[in-house]
Amino acid sequence: MSKTELLESLTLTDISLDSLKVRPKLLLRGRISRSLVEELSRAKKEPPWMLKLRLRSLELFEKLPTPNWLVGVEELDLEELTHYIQLGYERASSWDELPEDIRKVYERLGLPEIEKRALAGLSAQLESENIYLAFKKFLEEQGVILMDMSEAVAKYPDLVQKYFMRVFPPSDHKFAALHGALWSGGVFLYVPPNVRVEAPIEAFFFIASELESQMEHTIIVADEGSFVHFIEGCSAPLFKRYSFHNGMVEIYAHRNSHVKFTTVQNWSKNLVNFNNKRALVEEGAVVEWAEGSIGSKISYVYPSAILKGRNARVSIANITVAKGPVWKDGGAKVYHLAPNTQSEVISKSISSNGGVSVYRGLIKVARGAKNSTASVKCDSLIMDKESKAFTYPKNEVEEEEAYVVHEATTGRISEDILYYLETRGFKEQEARRLIVLGYVGDILGKLPFEYKMVFRKVLELEFEEIGGYA
Amino acid sequence: MENTGLRIEKLTVAVASRKVLKDVSLDVSKGEVVALIGPNGSGKTSLAFTVMGHPNYKVENGRILLHGEDITSLKPHERAYKGIFLVFQSPPDIGGLPVGMFLQEMTTKRGIEASINDINNALLEVGLSDHYLSRNLYEGFSGGEKKRLEFAQALLFKPQILILDELDSGLDIEGVRLLTGKTRELAGSGVGVLYISHNIAALRLLRPNRVVVMMNGGVVAVDGLEILDVIEEKGYQGLV
Repeated sequence: MSKTELLESLTLTDISLDSLKVRPKLLLRGRISRSLVEELSRAKKEPPWMLKLRLRSLELFEKLPTPNWLVGVEELDLEELTHYIQLGYERASSWDELPEDIRKVYERLGLPEIEKRALAGLSAQLESENIYLAFKKFLEEQGVILMDMSEAVAKYPDLVQKYFMRVFPPSDHKFAALHGALWSGGVFLYVPPNVRVEAPIEAFFFIASELESQMEHTIIVADEGSFVHFIEGCSAPLFKRYSFHNGMVEIYAHRNSHVKFTTVQNWSKNLVNFNNKRALVEEGAVVEWAEGSIGSKISYVYPSAILKGRNARVSIANITVAKGPVWKDGGAKVYHLAPNTQSEVISKSISSNGGVSVYRGLIKVARGAKNSTASVKCDSLIMDKESKAFTYPKNEVEEEEAYVVHEATTGRISEDILYYLETRGFKEQEARRLIVLGYVGDILGKLPFEYKMVFRKVLELEFEEIGGYA
Repeated sequence: MENTGLRIEKLTVAVASRKVLKDVSLDVSKGEVVALIGPNGSGKTSLAFTVMGHPNYKVENGRILLHGEDITSLKPHERAYKGIFLVFQSPPDIGGLPVGMFLQEMTTKRGIEASINDINNALLEVGLSDHYLSRNLYEGFSGGEKKRLEFAQALLFKPQILILDELDSGLDIEGVRLLTGKTRELAGSGVGVLYISHNIAALRLLRPNRVVVMMNGGVVAVDGLEILDVIEEKGYQGLV
């Protein structure tokens, strides 16, 4: 598949559950109640501890208030959503096993080809369950576990229970509690000590219905001295009504391990996206979050890290595109709890055609986290008069011997730069495209090659049609 | 169209209703080097920006002709397509845009198939190594490095009219010798050059065909190199 075809495939306007002629085996929709949660757990054949976790989460969901700073979620009516869609297919481990029309969707997305060429493993979730999961045999032989989350709950209950919603408990906020009550899908990845998974593993999430909520749960456990790169891709066609995504990612980076987590988020422009991402980083371990956020109508995503052990490090890099009538709220949270910990946050947003982007961040350095350093750089590029960018950074530094710097810039495209590029033969639109690509260049460099090219091309397409200069 | 060069006819230009050029006329013919000098604020850069179509510089009267064609209302990129290239006095930093990517895109826009070798050679010609290709455009560049890269762009762009706005400021003496020599070479190949400068020593190296002096937005003198002696001795006021 060529790059252009791949990009065309990203629009996927003609795909829906109806067009796929899929008859769901089970739909759970409507009021979020104890009986609904019990039915979900029963359908997934879960052990009692998971049902208990779901019910405790439900109680918290009912008690916790909706955060009063959320904007643009008035449309979100949880009771009109379908919370669980089971398609009734056996999970496939080769593309040939999938029905042809579904396989073709993924072929249009280029996944089988990317898998063959670049990935160590791939899972594909359609609606509420994974319909495909495969990974390289030699990794299995080295003790790597890559498994559908529900399957892992059944097969490795002790291991999963040790991690499930530990670093991101349901009590954290109302929507974390909702996630705990209704999660479905996602993967469990365990990398044994000193195993390096050099090629990335990808999980791809697809929403094919309107008024659907998708709440996959992904856990990555990198045992001591291991390395893994995990890629999360998201896509959905545009429907008349919205859909809702409320996923969760938990990373457990044990001593001296290294986890890279990359998200290429291209949800449709009427999707409400909440994503709850947190990493627990032990002594000497490194976690890198990189997120490219193009799609969705409303988005609230703050990758975070708890630097628990000495010399733990995290880097969080976000590119956010807020184009059109959208609200993209993102940022990063880092908790420095041990000495010599380091964090680096780079956030770049582009607001255009009336889009609003918000950076919301927290750096907390606890007493005793001596010689820790934190650096936050958030830049906002505003392309026209209708668009906006806001920055809400927060630093809580309890340790005197820590170094925290925050740098924020908000700017419009410089007329001088536009003119300069035009004198080099670039039309105004081409000059804007070049400026945008330059602006995000340092973060794009952190994405894997295939995704960098796709993201770059998507940005080019997004900014080809931007209106006049403010 | 016959390559007759650049003709500026009775140009009056305002920026936000303040007149910056008054009735300026000037010709730069094919293969000719014209030096444009004058005190600070005399209108030299305004003239360069106007010729390149800066949107803030409004032409109130007069016109700009390239090879006989009126280009006064063309956009900057259209003027570039027609073969005018401006070396900026202070080019802007463009964060995150690697030099190599920029040069390739620029030459593609110009319709020139420039290989990486061609680009490397252009850098070498101005005394820059290929490690500049991976640096972001002008981020952390010294004044001299900026000028060298601006000139390398001009070499790649293959213009018919080259406007150099204070090419020699910020350059060390070797740089001045190198780039004035290259400028002469370009003129020898038929490029018309408008060389804006304050640097009398550089102008003596360059040996322009004519020297045009601007003051207060207007042309006050057009002469040969000997006018530099007067300016050196008495300053620009000596011409009044």
